[in-house]
Amino acid sequence: MRRILIMGATSAIAEATAREFARRGDALFLVGRSAERLQAIAADLKLRGATAAECHVLDARGMDRFPALVDSAAEVLGGLDTALIAHGTLSDQAACEASVETMMQEFATNALSAMALCTLLANRFAAQRHGTIAVISSVAGDRGRQSNYVYGSAKAALSAFTSGMRQRLHSQGVRMVTIKPGFVDTPMTVAFRKGVLWASPATAARYIVRAMIKGTPVLYVPWFWRPVMAIIRAVPEFIFQRLRL
Amino acid sequence: MSEAIKSWRSGPGSSWGNLLHYSHRVVPLTHRFAALPDSSPLLAYGNGRSYGDVCLNQDGVLLATRGLDRFIAFDSVSGVIECEAGVLLNDLIELTLPYGWFPPVTPGTGFVTLGGAIANDVHGKNHHRVGSFCNHVLEFELQRSDGTVLRCTPEENREWFCATAGGLGLTGLIRRVRLQLRPVPGPWLGGDSRRFRSLGEFFELDRVSGGNYEYTVAWLDCATGKSHLGRGVYMRGNHVPGREPVKSRLPVRLPLTPPFSLINGLTRNFLNQAYFHRPAAEQSAARWHYQSFFYPLDGILELNRMFGPKGFFQYQCVIPEAVAERSLTEIFERIAGSGERSFLAVLKMFGRIPPLGMMSFPRPGATLALDFPNHGARTLALLEALDAITVAAGGAVYPAKDARMSQDSFQQYFPNWRQFKAYVDPAFSSSLWRRVTQ
Ligand SMILES: Cc1cc2nc3c(=O)[nH]c(=O)nc-3n(C[C@H](O)[C@H](O)[C@H](O)COP(=O)(O)OP(=O)(O)OC[C@H]3O[C@@H](n4cnc5c(N)ncnc54)[C@H](O)[C@@H]3O)c2cc1C
Ligand SMILES: NC(=O)c1ccc[n+]([C@@H]2O[C@H](COP(=O)([O-])OP(=O)(O)OC[C@H]3O[C@@H](n4cnc5c(N)ncnc54)[C@H](OP(=O)(O)O)[C@@H]3O)[C@@H](O)[C@H]2O)c1
Repeated sequence: MRRILIMGATSAIAEATAREFARRGDALFLVGRSAERLQAIAADLKLRGATAAECHVLDARGMDRFPALVDSAAEVLGGLDTALIAHGTLSDQAACEASVETMMQEFATNALSAMALCTLLANRFAAQRHGTIAVISSVAGDRGRQSNYVYGSAKAALSAFTSGMRQRLHSQGVRMVTIKPGFVDTPMTVAFRKGVLWASPATAARYIVRAMIKGTPVLYVPWFWRPVMAIIRAVPEFIFQRLRL
Repeated sequence: MSEAIKSWRSGPGSSWGNLLHYSHRVVPLTHRFAALPDSSPLLAYGNGRSYGDVCLNQDGVLLATRGLDRFIAFDSVSGVIECEAGVLLNDLIELTLPYGWFPPVTPGTGFVTLGGAIANDVHGKNHHRVGSFCNHVLEFELQRSDGTVLRCTPEENREWFCATAGGLGLTGLIRRVRLQLRPVPGPWLGGDSRRFRSLGEFFELDRVSGGNYEYTVAWLDCATGKSHLGRGVYMRGNHVPGREPVKSRLPVRLPLTPPFSLINGLTRNFLNQAYFHRPAAEQSAARWHYQSFFYPLDGILELNRMFGPKGFFQYQCVIPEAVAERSLTEIFERIAGSGERSFLAVLKMFGRIPPLGMMSFPRPGATLALDFPNHGARTLALLEALDAITVAAGGAVYPAKDARMSQDSFQQYFPNWRQFKAYVDPAFSSSLWRRVTQ
């Protein structure tokens, strides 16, 4: 049985992933902003087989409360060996261009908060010499594009940060999984028109759980985004700057 | 995205008959605590397993309820389950069957939501024993566009319960459901199947079977000429003990709509004759897994696509028992004379347990379900002629399967519709409702 902390547990991808863990009988500690929604999810996960499903209300920007959060998760679950960091906001690019404050807030939510939580978790897992941390980054972090480079650069920060941390933790028995979804049909992307490239949260969740169990370093969800992003990264900057993406 | 991709995807905005391609604004609901969107007309959309326009709302808003798919509570001693309205029957069964509990009523597909099952007050092969779905609903929560949330049970807010049961989604959004399940010894059903050569034989078989078998249904041979009218295979079964098989079957997919219909005279006659004459049509001790017994068509996901891009019509009517044999014969003869042919025909006797819904379809008599590839005006003319027979017999047609019945027919079939109108939420409507009342 795994003891799992999920940050951003009301996210569609996180909830679908939690259902997979519940089915396996794992114990879950769910962190999010809405108490009633967390409780509804927890009740469901218990019926689906979770050994435990506890709720904790916290905004990811309340980083000073993270040490207490991690302690509390470990105490309530009787230990902690797995974490999934899933929260995020698809930043309003135009608003971020117009306001430095908005831009910095978006960066704090999408990058700094996750990096802060990773730092605490990494130290705890390194000390106990085992554990798995998974962070949901994005294919948007593979290259900055004019349509969403604030979100993209925050995800790029996460990808680089987790890559370095993976190296650091490797010899200490701790796995770090960087998850890069492409298009997933969730509340974050309601406004988008859906087509064949889109995956459901349930499909994404199956890939994510498999990668977390195996300790896959970098997971593209679904796999075809790896070659797609390789091509997009390979376009020389002098051409890329003229494209409308 | 291109139109081709749009129609490739089923999902909110399409219905099972593949007949109607309307534009909608789809609002996915992701939890049960939100207010309704402040626009109209609104309509809840479950899993789109209705065939026509009861789940469509042309140029309006569809509240996609599949995101309301959380279990809330399950008591494995009493068999009472509470969940959000977008939970699928299949998912419910996966959770409760290991504890020996099964839905009290199930339609011919497990891919329906609880909200959809209530709104059409669906029936199963055990109607003669237990009535329809809403006879087993203990409670639901109805959210209205004025912000009120009503807790409805057969006692509390009874009139809202009765308006919403079979209420075609028009009384508001069902968010939460409490349902009494029935105990079963396992996933298996046991029984037998028999050929019958005429409608008379069918009624006789049904008379002797109803008392001993919880589930009864007949399949009619659609390949026959006039001489064999009304022959078919009668199936009956009960839940029996046995363990879950180790291997669960993966469904086959029909991922694309073929550019033409795979259903034509040749395939239809071949399949129907083969079905009638196959040795298993006459089985004395048959054993079925619940999936193949209740959901034979779910083995091929998107089976509806085989009718090609023009889609197909279902026609399901119920005819009072006293005139059933005569009217059904008339229906078969009318079809035979029309040049149109049904691919699949299912016949079942409804029992006398009255439905709770003011607009529910089930009522005592024989119910016949047919499906016709869409050949445009020809098909519509035939269905209109069948309506004339159903109206004359004092029967009714099932809105869940309809895409074309006239206002006059609807209002004859559902004489309560005027009284029901008072319960329709002013911000809710559907393509079907506008079609049959305006
Ligand atoms: C292969 C097959 C076999 C079938 N066999 C049978 C059968 O044996 N017996 C039978 O009775 N039916 C049968 N049906 C029809 C099916 O059971 C009904 O159409 C059912 O209502 C579909 O449920 P759905 O969740 O897909 O709802 P939809 O088709 O999406 O919607 C149906 C209605 O429910 C309303 N609705 C959905 N969710 C809510 C909600 N949360 N709140 C308020 N209103 C809501 C919609 O507005 C609409 O009016 C069959 C269908 C198929 C495809
Ligand atoms: N969907 C995609 O196509 C896609 C693609 C690539 C990457 N991703 C990433 O996948 C992750 C999950 O997103 P999703 O698609 O599942 O969308 P989602 O359902 O909208 O989930 C986003 C979650 O982040 C939470 N959140 C936002 N700001 C927060 C804050 N300050 N504090 C705490 N929680 C906060 C939200 O909480 P509330 O519920 O309280 O608002 C919500 O639960 C995100 O990191 C996203 O960037 C998604």
